[in-house]
Amino acid sequence: MGVAVNHISKQFGTFPALHDVSLRVERGELLALLGPSGSGKTTLLRVIAGLEIPDEGQVIFADEDVTEKSAYERRAGFVFQQYALFQHMNVFENIAFGLRVIPRKNRPDSAAIISRVSELLKLIQLEGYEKRLPSQLSGGQRQRVALARALAIEPRVLLLDEPFGALDARVRKDLRKWLRHFHDQTHLTSLFVTHDQDEAFELADRVVIFNQGSIQQIGVPAELRKNPQNDFVREFLDV
Amino acid sequence: MRRATADNWLVRYLLIGIVFAFIFIFLVFPVCVILIEALHNGFGFYWDTLCAEHSLTAIRLTLLVALAVVPLNTLFGISAAWAVTHFQFRGKALLISLIEIPLWVSPVIGGLVFALIFGRQGWLGTWLDTHGIQIIFAYPGIVLGTAFVTFPFVARGLIPLMQSQGKAEEEAALTLGANGWQLFWRVTFPKIKWGVLYGMILCNARAMGEFGAVSVLAGSVEDRITVPLQIEQYYLGLDQGMPRAFALASILLFLSVVTLAIKVGLEWRRLAHNIIRTH
Repeated sequence: MGVAVNHISKQFGTFPALHDVSLRVERGELLALLGPSGSGKTTLLRVIAGLEIPDEGQVIFADEDVTEKSAYERRAGFVFQQYALFQHMNVFENIAFGLRVIPRKNRPDSAAIISRVSELLKLIQLEGYEKRLPSQLSGGQRQRVALARALAIEPRVLLLDEPFGALDARVRKDLRKWLRHFHDQTHLTSLFVTHDQDEAFELADRVVIFNQGSIQQIGVPAELRKNPQNDFVREFLDV
Repeated sequence: MRRATADNWLVRYLLIGIVFAFIFIFLVFPVCVILIEALHNGFGFYWDTLCAEHSLTAIRLTLLVALAVVPLNTLFGISAAWAVTHFQFRGKALLISLIEIPLWVSPVIGGLVFALIFGRQGWLGTWLDTHGIQIIFAYPGIVLGTAFVTFPFVARGLIPLMQSQGKAEEEAALTLGANGWQLFWRVTFPKIKWGVLYGMILCNARAMGEFGAVSVLAGSVEDRITVPLQIEQYYLGLDQGMPRAFALASILLFLSVVTLAIKVGLEWRRLAHNIIRTH
């Protein structure tokens, strides 16, 4: 199996960001977390990555309980909303980062790192951009570099926070198609956060509707439209 | 279009004139005096003064003090900036204010505090005495006093710098498997290194020039005297006091000029860097 969270709760001060959230992402599935901003979807993603510590509940990768593990031990690929590329490193070094920090005894040699990065550059169609700095790339290119960087560590799960949020409409459409295609090829267990209904319904195998820190409904797109379980889902989907 | 504030040429020239007069009276003039007085008895005398036993001992001690204080405060500054920007804790605002205390307090008071703690009549005096540890009127005391005076320099520059950079890149590095050590050296440090260097240079300049705190803690023991104190000794001395004092002072002047040049260089570099970043 893929990834599961069990009864996760998280408060920021007095603000309840997540309330008793349980969810399973099946192996090889592409799942969307859909909800209005401030509904806790990003927090859930960060809890899965280990960037936030939940007050209660567990995070399970495959059959391993990783709740107590720190972010750097989890091997969860995370694509940040603003990409968070290393500004002082070129494209090559950004993508190679996750390989260079592997403990020495398991670290691939430099030839292996070069070949792995080249492979990824080809995948994201940015061959020849190795020496560019992030500041010299367009939004769509940065986005793809961020993705390649996350994929370099062969993550157990891929987490994407509003992956298309900062892009203009046309690039967004192209990348969306590309991501779906990429997922169909790799079947990497993936979870992405969005507030855009079309994006969620077009891309995801299943969609999780989120509001005020808890899950409202989970289902395949058609089912959600046909049988909204409560008023919030009905209104949010406008059906 | 003429701007209202640019209208009155009288005010404009008056203000510019005042600034130039101030700079001349307080900066250019003293610098000239130092150089003229230092060379008053000729270059041979100047050189002999710098090479005199007293001068060399003072220069050596000053360098040794800076060598201890600058790394100490760099370490402290980076730790403080990291703690403030990466962790949430009670009393954070208080901590940021406390770091600046040495800027508000007279250095002499800073020195006296340490004398009260470690001095012979001080809180720990008897204990230190029986264990044969000497802090006041010795190297450790001078280091303590200097460290106190210069301790905000690195931290104060780094805190706003690191706050403005946020922690997104650090989080990305974490998810990519970097441990704390790798995170700092590969991601954080390259972003703050110029800020660190900038702070270190200011800290160094201040450390080498410190008089007040050190004058309390160094006393007047001959071989426990830093450059600024030795300048005073020369000045008070009867035999060619003025030229000797100014000769040694020219060393500190030289240090200031070098510091200023590096500081301008760093600022220029940072500016150029930002322009590249934003275009």
